[in-house]
Amino acid sequence: MHGRATPYLFLLPYLAIFGVFGLLPIVLGLWLSLHQWDFQLPDKPFVGLDNYRELFSADSLVFGDWWESVRATAIFTVASVPLLVVLPLGMALLLNRSFPGRTFFRALYFAPYVLGVAVVGLLWRFLLDANLGLVNHLLGAVGLPSDTPWVTATPWAWVSLVGVTVWWTCGFNAVIYLAGLQDIPAELYEAATVDGASTWDKFRHVTLPGLRPVLLFVVTTTILASANMFGQSYLITQGAPGNETRTVVSYIVERGLAQNDAGRAAAMSITLTLMLVLVSVANFRIFRYQED
Amino acid sequence: MTIQRTELSRRRLLGLGLGAGAAATLGIAGCGGDDSEGGAASGDGGKTYTGPKVSLNLWNGFTGGDGDIFKKLVDTFNAEHANIAITVATYRWEDYYAKLPGAVSSGNGPDVAVMHMDQLATFAARKVIQPVDDVASALGLSEADFAPTVWQGGLYQDKRYGIPLDMHPVGFYYNKTLLERAGLDPDKPPTNRAELEEALAALKGKGIQGFWMSPFQFTGGMTGYSLVYQFGGSLYNADATKAAFNSPEAVEAVTWCAKLVADGHSPANVGQDADYLALKSGKNAFNVNGIWQVNDLKKSPQVRWGVAAMPQVGSRRSVWANSHNFTIVQQPRGADSNKVAGAKVFINWLSQHSLDWAAGGQVPARRSVLDDPKFKALTEVNTLAGELPDAAFPPAAPGIGDVTLLFYTAFNEAVLGKKSPKQALDDGVAKADKLLEDNRKKYGS
Repeated sequence: MHGRATPYLFLLPYLAIFGVFGLLPIVLGLWLSLHQWDFQLPDKPFVGLDNYRELFSADSLVFGDWWESVRATAIFTVASVPLLVVLPLGMALLLNRSFPGRTFFRALYFAPYVLGVAVVGLLWRFLLDANLGLVNHLLGAVGLPSDTPWVTATPWAWVSLVGVTVWWTCGFNAVIYLAGLQDIPAELYEAATVDGASTWDKFRHVTLPGLRPVLLFVVTTTILASANMFGQSYLITQGAPGNETRTVVSYIVERGLAQNDAGRAAAMSITLTLMLVLVSVANFRIFRYQED
Repeated sequence: MTIQRTELSRRRLLGLGLGAGAAATLGIAGCGGDDSEGGAASGDGGKTYTGPKVSLNLWNGFTGGDGDIFKKLVDTFNAEHANIAITVATYRWEDYYAKLPGAVSSGNGPDVAVMHMDQLATFAARKVIQPVDDVASALGLSEADFAPTVWQGGLYQDKRYGIPLDMHPVGFYYNKTLLERAGLDPDKPPTNRAELEEALAALKGKGIQGFWMSPFQFTGGMTGYSLVYQFGGSLYNADATKAAFNSPEAVEAVTWCAKLVADGHSPANVGQDADYLALKSGKNAFNVNGIWQVNDLKKSPQVRWGVAAMPQVGSRRSVWANSHNFTIVQQPRGADSNKVAGAKVFINWLSQHSLDWAAGGQVPARRSVLDDPKFKALTEVNTLAGELPDAAFPPAAPGIGDVTLLFYTAFNEAVLGKKSPKQALDDGVAKADKLLEDNRKKYGS
């Protein structure tokens, strides 16, 4: 029954999909990045590595904007990832205990995640408006400063973007953690209790090691998601002040789709990908090192 | 919300498109009226279409209240023309401009597309739209039929790419309740710098921040744009090869805007649309905003508001303005001459019926309609029509829209106090010149 081709035949459908929607766009992206490419213009000259070189030469058109956007993405990632890794873990630990209304709270904390970025963005843009927004109004009502420029000046814009993103997506990470927590055998906790371990000991020596694969997954996907942030800054701060909160993906979209400069945009995408590959490799190394 | 920025869900957009499609289909099914009604003005070859039945697709970005008026006009046209059926699809402008080139090159584009004046050169250079000189000549249209600035704006490399439908300047909106509270005449808004500054001082005396300055393109940036021209500056040199928005005049204009915050006439950190919302809610006395807000304000009868021509703050009169144009889209599979003929009839018909379009909050481009007493009856829109002889339309050069965005970024930095106006504008111009150079290489002009 089972010929040698059987496993490959089973893999074929996915391979076809991956090839068309994964591999081919990547190869095309590489090809685009070596050209000055506007698909509408008849002339698409080959420019070699110029699009990449420009990203690193200070007098080029894109240099300043590119590095400003890299900086924005880096700030956002560094500020949001720790929160998005730690807070959901705390939430998951709480929601994993048995108490009345547990299901309700699980649903409640997950709820924002089902909203689209357009809803989240518009909602918070109005709530955070410095002069007319509800947030400053409430702060004023309890005697706190009521003129914080939440979306038009840094560092407040970063606080807003990170805060909104945490509010929006931490439910997702919490659900992943929750699944991980439920996979840790109850006997381990019982054994630890018998050995006289405190709650902290149990967390440190049973829960965390048990969650390691889940933690690696959460850290990796959260870093990638944060590094690809686009909608929040596009809608809430519109990159302001100036272009300080315009992220890499936002800038790529602007160049590639609005200004029809697919060549440069592709070069930027590939450079961003390489940066993220480096970060992910480092991330895997750190977790493996801990395992040894 | 401005028309350009109106947020609509995809579903609603699809709904609009499908609804329009269904309406147009009904138009085909229903019995048609008399063709000759289409060309009532003066007898000419291109004005009527007697060939076999054609169906035309038209794309636009009228997602606001203007979209409904446009659809109604199209329905009327379809009912009057048995052998032409127009189907309308509406997208948000940003999506629309991104989508159009791809659709056209794959042969799924529309036949007729509505486009802003400052986009014409870009889309002409990118071969998305085709010259319409023959349409203009067949319809006997010439500069005399339109406001000259608008007619000139449709030209790129000596060929005509757009037939103007309307013009939309910004105007000076004011809150009458606040003016009264400050002891000012609510029916006499300021018309020049001295009156404006006097009014602002009076408002400030009552604790009112009178002129909220938004740091964003809509519509603080457009205020700044208008003032650059008012102070005698310009965004670009004459042939749009160099950016000029760091000239002393431009710096003076942007400084005037930024200083409103320092002088306490505007709060700092005004958010997107907050300036306009504050005008409506009685917190802000003055707001420079698009003519398209007239209809939005009419929906709020409790707000006592008025609109006037923008005060002359600088040494001459000027306002930001743009214009919607009809374009005929290139067909990679070869043009169908019947469709082009049908499109001509439609463009001419709608241009003549643009009085109804004016009710959507736009100034008709056609002189004959401008002089129509019925247009004079549209008080607010008619008031702003008076600004148009001095309007500063964006120049026609491919890719210029992207360069102008750099002015708006510099304006943002200046008003938010991130940089001094001079510094922000200098930085913006340095970048703009590089982008202009890059555009020249790309488009070979």
